[in-house]
Amino acid sequence: MNNELLNELTFFVLAIFVGFEVISKVPTILHTPLMSGTNAIHGIILVGALVIAAGARSPVEVLLGLVAVALATTNVVGGFVVTDRMLEMFKGRQPGKPANPVEAKK
Amino acid sequence: MNIIISLAYLVAAVLFILGLSQLSSPKSARNGNFTAAAGMVIALGATVPLLHFTTVGAVIVAIGIVIGVAIGTVGARIVHMTAIPQMVALFNGVGGGAAALVAVAELLHFGVHPPLSEVLPSVLSIVIGSISFAGSMVAFAKLQELMTGTPITYPGQQVVNGLLAAAIIGFAIAVLAIASIPFSFIALMVLALILGVAFVLPIGGADMPVVISLLNACTGLAVAASGFTLNNFALIVAGTLVGASGSLLTKLMSDAMGRSLANVLFGAFGQVRTAATAAAGAAGRSVRSASAEDLGTLLAYSQRVIIVPGYGLAVAQAQHAARELADVLEKRGVEVEYAIHPVAGRMPGHMNVLLAEANVPYEQLKEMDQVNDDFKNADVALIVGANDVVNPAARSTPGSPIYGMPILNADQAKNVIFMKRSMRPGFAGIDNELMYDPKTVMFFGDAKDSLTKLVSAVKAA
Repeated sequence: MNNELLNELTFFVLAIFVGFEVISKVPTILHTPLMSGTNAIHGIILVGALVIAAGARSPVEVLLGLVAVALATTNVVGGFVVTDRMLEMFKGRQPGKPANPVEAKK
Repeated sequence: MNIIISLAYLVAAVLFILGLSQLSSPKSARNGNFTAAAGMVIALGATVPLLHFTTVGAVIVAIGIVIGVAIGTVGARIVHMTAIPQMVALFNGVGGGAAALVAVAELLHFGVHPPLSEVLPSVLSIVIGSISFAGSMVAFAKLQELMTGTPITYPGQQVVNGLLAAAIIGFAIAVLAIASIPFSFIALMVLALILGVAFVLPIGGADMPVVISLLNACTGLAVAASGFTLNNFALIVAGTLVGASGSLLTKLMSDAMGRSLANVLFGAFGQVRTAATAAAGAAGRSVRSASAEDLGTLLAYSQRVIIVPGYGLAVAQAQHAARELADVLEKRGVEVEYAIHPVAGRMPGHMNVLLAEANVPYEQLKEMDQVNDDFKNADVALIVGANDVVNPAARSTPGSPIYGMPILNADQAKNVIFMKRSMRPGFAGIDNELMYDPKTVMFFGDAKDSLTKLVSAVKAA
């Protein structure tokens, strides 16, 4: 096992624990936006799609690269925009009815 | 990979983690999404100098991004709030598909005897990504009602799915051993796509949120696996974060339904029983119904009303009408609260989003644990398009498929107004005793129309 792989495994294992830790504190009402938000984050596959698409030469590579970039971009952009649309409504308040989400939650 | 890029990826990873933790409070949630998006921009920006563009490569990157931005923005902007769950499924599926394609492209680069540490993650990414893609598309089709939402089952289904999984493992080993045959990747991908479809078919519409959450976690893992193949730190960390948090979220969701994950995935919940119990329930039992005027009077002279919103309210876009009713009642001094079941709507938190859209104040939204003891002091429980989440069978009938699911104690209110389109059973496909309760009054019709009628009736009372 080479050094690079060892490093990658370390990040992988630590990220698992961070992932569990961060989520355990989220209240039920935010589960839908949260699912949508994490969904946007795995759109990071766009980085990988860019790597394979940029160096594409053969027709197969071109096809794979094009589809991968299009799908991954849809994931990133759609994911963040739709999450923002949901969360925008959480702060939408009528004048005269002051928002106090923190107090309402406890 | 040079130092600046590595540092940029580190910053991106930190921003993802901060973003997720900000999502844990309604106040900072929106910022959390921006924080994560900023991390994404940094990670992508740092990647560009890393790329060696061929001419055609530059062209397809540009075209791909334009297509993705167009679909993503338009899709996310025009979708109705009621259709959010299937939109999340769709965006999740395309991510899984992208991960699988990236892995395929990487495998094509390998020589005859690639190291196992490179091929294994690619194979995992192809399999998991393809399952996630196909499964998400079926989930989308079920929620969008492009196909039936009820479980599709046949004898020996689990055996067939097991054989599919075995075939995938067999092919995966073949790919690992003789990685030079491109067709074996294709076969692997096709098998995984079929398994993705076959795996989601027997799961009912009501359980789709749990499935989408699980597939979301799967896509995260597929992305992490691609990160191992590409030796890319950003993919590994971000993908794993999503894989871990998504798994936990999946468990929290099935817990909220009072069922184990295995039961959700393999229980084919809400299948044939539908026909049987619905027929038996309808036979020889009667329900009470009343006019809008009577109900308006009942509501207007109550002291405390608890509204129980369900998916029917969402479908009918009746959240604004519900708020209007609450407003006229409050003007008369009636105390109004909303009781939100953890899985009201189609995803945890879905109903909160819909009601927030209608500017219902946070203070009136009560979670199940907060409100359940209040029902016995309530004059009226007004059930709008909800069904399974108020079915007392969950407490009283051990044989019932929803037995053990936490429910709202709407049956303890002094009066129950049950607003529904018809006597049809809910997602779980079982009859609801509460509809036949002597203190229950049925008010049939579209949720929005019915609420509007009640508003005028209360005003007139």
